[in-house]
Amino acid sequence: MDHGGEYAPDEKVELLGTWSSPYVFKVIWALTMKGVEYEYVEEDLRNKSGALLSLNPLHKKVPVLVYRGKPVAESDVIVEFIDEAWKDRGGGGRILPEDPYERAMARSWVIFARDVLSPPIWKWFTAPGEEEQEGAREAAVAQLLVLEEELGRKEFFAGDCVGLVDLSLGALAYVIPIYEEITGTRIVTEERLPCLSAWMGRFLSSPPAKDHLPPLEKLKLSFLGERTL
Amino acid sequence: MAGGDDLKLLGAWASPFVTRVKIALALKGLSFEYVEEDLRNKSELLLASNPVQKKVPVLIHNGKPICESHIILQYIDEAFSGTGPSLLPTEPHDRAVARFWATYIDDKSMRGKTEEEKTEGIKKTLGAVETLEGALRDCSKGEGLFFGGDSMGLIDVSLGSLLSWLKATEVMSGAKIFDPIKTPLLAAWIERFSEFDVAKAALPDVDRLVEFSKKMKQAAAAAAAAASEN
Repeated sequence: MDHGGEYAPDEKVELLGTWSSPYVFKVIWALTMKGVEYEYVEEDLRNKSGALLSLNPLHKKVPVLVYRGKPVAESDVIVEFIDEAWKDRGGGGRILPEDPYERAMARSWVIFARDVLSPPIWKWFTAPGEEEQEGAREAAVAQLLVLEEELGRKEFFAGDCVGLVDLSLGALAYVIPIYEEITGTRIVTEERLPCLSAWMGRFLSSPPAKDHLPPLEKLKLSFLGERTL
Repeated sequence: MAGGDDLKLLGAWASPFVTRVKIALALKGLSFEYVEEDLRNKSELLLASNPVQKKVPVLIHNGKPICESHIILQYIDEAFSGTGPSLLPTEPHDRAVARFWATYIDDKSMRGKTEEEKTEGIKKTLGAVETLEGALRDCSKGEGLFFGGDSMGLIDVSLGSLLSWLKATEVMSGAKIFDPIKTPLLAAWIERFSEFDVAKAALPDVDRLVEFSKKMKQAAAAAAAAASEN
């Protein structure tokens, strides 16, 4: 059903988020893929709004999507909701594949990114000494090599267009370069990870992401703050 | 069930995540071959099927492996959508609510290995129980029969698969997790769930779990003592 940009009040889509959260951006990219218009509400997590506290009383976290007055929380849950609620919308196609096995594989890669890949990347960034940093870097590269193999010669993890796995890994495309700048070490080089290296640039200029990225200088400053703690 | 569907489940009897898959398969009326793994001596098949995490459960459907219990449950629901009841409702927001609670239950599931982790796990669980009472009231539209509304669904299976461990924890720690006064709907739900054939067949025996847990603790303590003597 095409609303042509104008939504009746009960069709309004609202997204509560914060500018620095990769989980919020994952949802923004998903909404963009579907061409869904939404009102964005910036939350101050040190001073959470009454709306946030009542819409996500359990976790009190962003992102929260509100559609037809009903909230959806947890970014992975929100992305699947967007794919289903706006099933036939958007030239961006389906976020998850149609085939059940392919869907299971996509969901597995999301878990991989969260549980297997992210911890060593965080360890590398926050390592107190050179030795720990080097060890964590190699551990992270080992997992990035797994991703490299999965990506292979494809444009995106989902194939010709961005899909669930690309959305879940997408923040790395802008976070890793910042981490590299701050630590003075490289983790994704064209030599060791050529496909992933190319994917990062491709993702950042892809239709869902290109006009929807956080302010990178501001992000770098906030990361610098985290690292000296 | 389509002809030629070969389903194999690699599991471990004590794992609630494996129990979860057993219950889901039974609910859908799907027959499968069960392979009990010795987690201290994992089979070639398990290592080949789940090379990254090397964990159970793994469901192998016509030779293709699927890992992670909540991913397996959704796979079963989607690949066998014409067979048996659906684990998830049809309406997108209702599905999102079901996935939200399933994620929550997974987060709170006691996966701790060390004593501190386990104690933290118990505290988390006790905190979660009152939340789940509220969730049950909302999801079941006040009746409290199933999280899935009229019939068993994803949340019921996710939580129900933990029951033997929760009961074993009550026995070992003396803490009462499900108080019929504080959480009446949940307490009744547990009684009801435990009586279903699919649950009885899949849930491990509580006494056996208590024995198993004691043995694990003894082994861990012995290992820790040996390590500190070096």
